[in-house]
Amino acid sequence: MTMKKLVTRLPMAVAVAAASMTASAEDLTVVSWGGAYTASQVEAYHKPFTAQTGTNIISENYSGGIAEIKAQVEAGNVTWDVVDLEKADVIRACDEGLLVEINPDDLPKGDNGVAAVDDFVAGGLEDCGVANIVWGKIVAFDESQFSGKKPSKLVDFFNLKEFPGKRGLKKTPKVNLERALMADGVAGGEVYNVLSTPEGVERAFAKLDEIKEQVVWWEAGSQPVQLLADGEVSMTTAYNGRIYNASEVEGKPFKIIWDAQFAELDFFAIVKGTKNLDKAMEFLKFSTDTKRLADQTNYISYAPARKSSIALVSDKMMPHMATSPENFATAVPVDHVWWADHQDELNERFNAWLNK
Amino acid sequence: MSMSADTPADEQGIDPQLKARLRKAERFLKIRALLLVVPLMLFVLFTFVMPLAEMLYRSVHNPVLVEAMPEVARLMQEWDSQELPGEEIYAAVGKALVEARKEKTIGRIANRLNSEYSGMRSLLTGSARKLQRYKGDDYKNFMLQLDPDWGEAETWGAFKVLSSEYTLTHYLAAFDMQYDSKGKIVPQPEERQIYVDMLLKTLKLSLLVTVFCVLLGYPLAYYLSILPPSKSNLLMILVLLPFWTSLLVRTSSWIVMLQGQGVVNSVLLGLGVIGEPLDMMYNQIGTVVAMTHILLPFMILPTYSVMKSISPVYMRAARSLGATPAHAFMRVYFPQTVPGLSAGAILVFILSIGYYITPALVGGRTGQMISNLIAYHMQTSLNWGLGAALAGSLLVVVLVLYWIYNRLVGASQMKLG
Repeated sequence: MTMKKLVTRLPMAVAVAAASMTASAEDLTVVSWGGAYTASQVEAYHKPFTAQTGTNIISENYSGGIAEIKAQVEAGNVTWDVVDLEKADVIRACDEGLLVEINPDDLPKGDNGVAAVDDFVAGGLEDCGVANIVWGKIVAFDESQFSGKKPSKLVDFFNLKEFPGKRGLKKTPKVNLERALMADGVAGGEVYNVLSTPEGVERAFAKLDEIKEQVVWWEAGSQPVQLLADGEVSMTTAYNGRIYNASEVEGKPFKIIWDAQFAELDFFAIVKGTKNLDKAMEFLKFSTDTKRLADQTNYISYAPARKSSIALVSDKMMPHMATSPENFATAVPVDHVWWADHQDELNERFNAWLNK
Repeated sequence: MSMSADTPADEQGIDPQLKARLRKAERFLKIRALLLVVPLMLFVLFTFVMPLAEMLYRSVHNPVLVEAMPEVARLMQEWDSQELPGEEIYAAVGKALVEARKEKTIGRIANRLNSEYSGMRSLLTGSARKLQRYKGDDYKNFMLQLDPDWGEAETWGAFKVLSSEYTLTHYLAAFDMQYDSKGKIVPQPEERQIYVDMLLKTLKLSLLVTVFCVLLGYPLAYYLSILPPSKSNLLMILVLLPFWTSLLVRTSSWIVMLQGQGVVNSVLLGLGVIGEPLDMMYNQIGTVVAMTHILLPFMILPTYSVMKSISPVYMRAARSLGATPAHAFMRVYFPQTVPGLSAGAILVFILSIGYYITPALVGGRTGQMISNLIAYHMQTSLNWGLGAALAGSLLVVVLVLYWIYNRLVGASQMKLG
């Protein structure tokens, strides 16, 4: 660009920038987890929503938790409109009065005419959130690191003798304690009952003690994939969509162990105090209807949270879904109400255990 | 300050108006000087003093129950913690729970109480739902039937702890203590004790980092100070270049160097020096190595600037008077470098105590420091009160250490450049 052009165009650029700044109040800020997951949401929800309503969507990333939401609401300066939250955080944030309550009767019916209340999977509607995906907390391993017998069950994760190598675990007691108990012989349905007793907690930590020295702890969803790719660990817990991306899209030799996966839901929720309440609600309804939820599965292997959407999932993607029948056979749902009661105590205990 | 005050101007017959004019002129100068620093003072006030005060306030301020259930809080204050409360308190709690459910404040209270005693959240939310339909007037019996936890001392202990607007619970927790159900201060159960250990470990690691910085930085600073400028400038750039590089980049490069499949391990394995990879990353070694590297310039720069100003004549004089090199160094050179050395050491030590990103990335399980727990309570557990109390304790530790340092070395001795 020549200097002259620059001089003539500069005022225009400034004017455009100023206009877009005044227009930014009309934009909708949607916050999610980044990576392949946000990319799938942009394709399936954001682009069609902008095309239909003309509302520009600003996509932001965060790494989970409700600290930012709490800070925004308490400071009275809400800049996030819609947030993609894990179930435990939806419950907690709703309890703390940080989210807008959502009436399930306002949500669109399934395309087969079933009311939203009956169309969403069990636990898919919370007071302040509407589920969009079902995903699995699974164990994955690097095939190339096991020359002989390959691991196939959750128990194998704790079996360092037969399946040597470091293990990746998320740095939190949630689901790790459950996995430890199941590897120690507790049935899936009994896990939370056992964990409610002091002996059960002891038993879970004792099982984790067996592999403690071999564990590399991770915190963000992208880390376990990296740890596997670097050869730092031979087996790790992870989220099924991330492993799908690494193995099916990037061609890495990673395999998922679906045995005893812990099924989780992610939710869309609206931050209380948003200046764009109507638009946010419109976006939430739009992106959780039958067609949109089914459409997302074309971009990532997370299952739709509506029953009516599952029928629309392609045959190619179905085997990678956490909810496909063979994968779901031994799935255990995470009990978030139980965790809401016990997280303070167990997190402290877990931190102390880690440090010892 | 005032020149006119003690000069016997009046006796010498100088016009008294002159004194007044001088005073006026001086006052003007003072105000002008003050105006120049006002922006800085305001800046410090708004960005340092106020947040700090807010944090310390939050560590003792505990308004949830008092604001949401004022009547319950008042009654619990009077309760003596000895046996189960009477009907009056049960009725007050029962009614307040129904009210809080209507007002949507129950979640906040339940979460806060739950952090005092696990299981309170479901107890409160569950009971509130059922109490809504209760029309009788024997709340105590009704609630005890609803859930046996209403008869537990711990339940009421949690209420009692939260019943006053200002409490020391967070500070107790920061030192692994708690109130028991009778209101006495007792240690936390052993499997939950962590913060004192963490604080000691933080001090230990910081001390290690400081010692390594002194051992590495002192000779280097000396070498820099005696080299001719052309060479010392080049070496100085080598010190400053990493100093100007982003903290994250430097930390990540240490991960690349030290991890199991990293550069160092691969070289050593390739040379046959070791049989299997050494564990140098995601533990204390990783934290100490990376932090020493990152903080080294803070040691070198003040030491170097002090050494630069020491004339070589002193050493030559000592040697010519018959001192051995070691003796001359210890008696003549070293004492002169103490101001720079101690400034560097205290700078490195205080910076390490608050270090957070590097331990988080390379510390793994055992290389964590207390700041990582503060960050955890601020971001994940949302127990901002406990986070603030931990930060407050850390602040006190730093102030105490500085006081000791001041007594031993003297802050006026410190020279930063």
